[in-house]
Amino acid sequence: MIEVVSQSRCVSCNQCVSVCPTNVFDKGEDGIPIIARQDDCQTCFMCELYCPVDALYVSPDSEGVMGVTEEELEQQGLLGGYREKVGWGRGRVPVAKHDYMYQLSVRSGF
Amino acid sequence: MAIQAAARGQLSLETDVLVIGGGPAGTWAAISAAAKGAKVILVDKGYCGSSGATAPSGTGVWYVDPEREKREEAKASRYAMGGQLAEHEWMNRVLDRTYENMNKLGNLGYPFPVDPSGQPHKRGLQGPEYMKLMRKLVQKSGVKILDHSPVLELLADDYGVGGAAGVNTQTGDAWSIRAGAVVIATGGCAFLSRALGCNVLTGDGYLFAAEAGADLSGMEFSNAYAICPTFSSVTKTAYYSYASFYYEDGTVVEGAGSKRGRSVIARNLLAGRQVYAKLDQAPEDLKPLLRVAQTNFFLPFDRRGIDPFRDLFPVTLRLEGTVRGTGGIRIVDETCATKVPGLYAAGDAATRELICGGFTGGGSHNSAWAMSSGSFAGEGAAEYVLKLGDSAKSRSVRGLSSQSLTNTSADGGASQARTQEYVQAVQDEVKPYDRNLFRTEQGLSDSIGRLDGLWKAQRENTVSVSAEGVKAREAAAMTATARWMYHSALARKETRGMHKREDFPTIDGGQRHRLISGGLDQVWVSTERVADEVAPQERQPVKESVTA
Repeated sequence: MIEVVSQSRCVSCNQCVSVCPTNVFDKGEDGIPIIARQDDCQTCFMCELYCPVDALYVSPDSEGVMGVTEEELEQQGLLGGYREKVGWGRGRVPVAKHDYMYQLSVRSGF
Repeated sequence: MAIQAAARGQLSLETDVLVIGGGPAGTWAAISAAAKGAKVILVDKGYCGSSGATAPSGTGVWYVDPEREKREEAKASRYAMGGQLAEHEWMNRVLDRTYENMNKLGNLGYPFPVDPSGQPHKRGLQGPEYMKLMRKLVQKSGVKILDHSPVLELLADDYGVGGAAGVNTQTGDAWSIRAGAVVIATGGCAFLSRALGCNVLTGDGYLFAAEAGADLSGMEFSNAYAICPTFSSVTKTAYYSYASFYYEDGTVVEGAGSKRGRSVIARNLLAGRQVYAKLDQAPEDLKPLLRVAQTNFFLPFDRRGIDPFRDLFPVTLRLEGTVRGTGGIRIVDETCATKVPGLYAAGDAATRELICGGFTGGGSHNSAWAMSSGSFAGEGAAEYVLKLGDSAKSRSVRGLSSQSLTNTSADGGASQARTQEYVQAVQDEVKPYDRNLFRTEQGLSDSIGRLDGLWKAQRENTVSVSAEGVKAREAAAMTATARWMYHSALARKETRGMHKREDFPTIDGGQRHRLISGGLDQVWVSTERVADEVAPQERQPVKESVTA
């Protein structure tokens, strides 16, 4: 479930409010989105992917809150990991183009 | 029952074609209708581009070169698994259209990988990339998109469907759209099981279609379960072909597997024995490829510090219902029309039996069906409207909801708690493996009794035009879906495709027909002949692209 909106990283673009398919966020008074309906989070990671500054963290547990903190995530370098893998962001190449996609398709059929 | 649409629409719009749902099927429908010259509005319950089962996933695509032999092989590969209920004409049409659409995607900027000769390799799509591009293409074709705008009911007059009404869940404003034709592309129903991307897929379109008088087909093929770590939403079953399954003490679970051995996993879980997996069958040189190709498969593991190639992790089977199951709204012709004039269905919302029969591994056929049926439905709807001409404008339409809708605000906590109880009650009937995966006459009949009661209770409730009301309608849709599923499952007294009857464990040649169902207060089931044709030669299937 979505657990962290980093106050220090967030640029108040509210992209996450728009793209969340289950409408988990509300716009905050100060411009920083609020996790308003955490129970509705379906752990699809889309908000994290669309966040241009890697301010969001969706923890992998889809059934409950793990209680991670921003400091821990910074230390472990976990913020923005998914976006990097997908290859979104300036200067990155979309993973869709990756040569391994072709190689795996030929070898395994998927 | 429903109140007059005109009385409450704070936002009132008119269009030629209204598309409900912004996943692959809905976006292709919108583009295809616009290409025919129709004015189009697309409404999505969430956000067109991130909503639904495809956006967060990678998916294989049934993209087959048009050479005769390759096509025949492709058609034969799942024909028997599907219980011989697919139809060759439909498979041909879908293979043709998928080939065409995938080539279009390449030309429009989808970043396909290239083969050694530099040619784009079009056997799969990355969901985030694909759906971001589809949103852009929809906008470019002049279609108006309304995000966070779930439908609450269809609108119709005596001549057929003529629009829909709903609410914007972010602003709270009601909306009403009059349209010459409506395409339902709302996806399947996974009963809020938290399967990846599936919590927006609650069978809403089935309910809307049935309220308009349309039929469903193949609802017995609705018990797909995906292997998934117990702690995660990532239902990517394909990779488990490289898994071994173990008990806690490290002994092997005999017969457990990702394809035919899923029942063994289910029976162990039913008996209270946790099953663990490890991807220890993956060859060393394949591991980096696997890591890159499914971007989110490893995410939950990496974030928990688990190496799934080396460490045991507990697994469960998560219900995917008709998202991976094949049942859905019955379509009556090649334009994906339903039997109700002006109403079309596409993608998982429509029955996929026509190309898959009663079983589908995943991605490949499903993504092909979504993009093809979306195109067929969009074009069909546009042609229908253009033929209607100006007569569409003078229609007086009314709401079709079987529950009364009201503009007065909900009673807050009480109705919210009630909706949660209904959802829980439906899940208690459809999630358990000994009810839905392993079906018996007794179990199905018992469930039907309770589901009928649940339907009756909800039918009498008034639903507010609000975000809360949307959840109440979802609960009603899931209840109705479960009833069509189990009535159909009761009527199919054999085991065919994914439908397994413990009391009728084999396939019965006398039941090679479709089961059509429908009705709200009274559910009915009837049989329909499958287009008779010579079964294609069964071949050793090439390595299946059971995706993802």
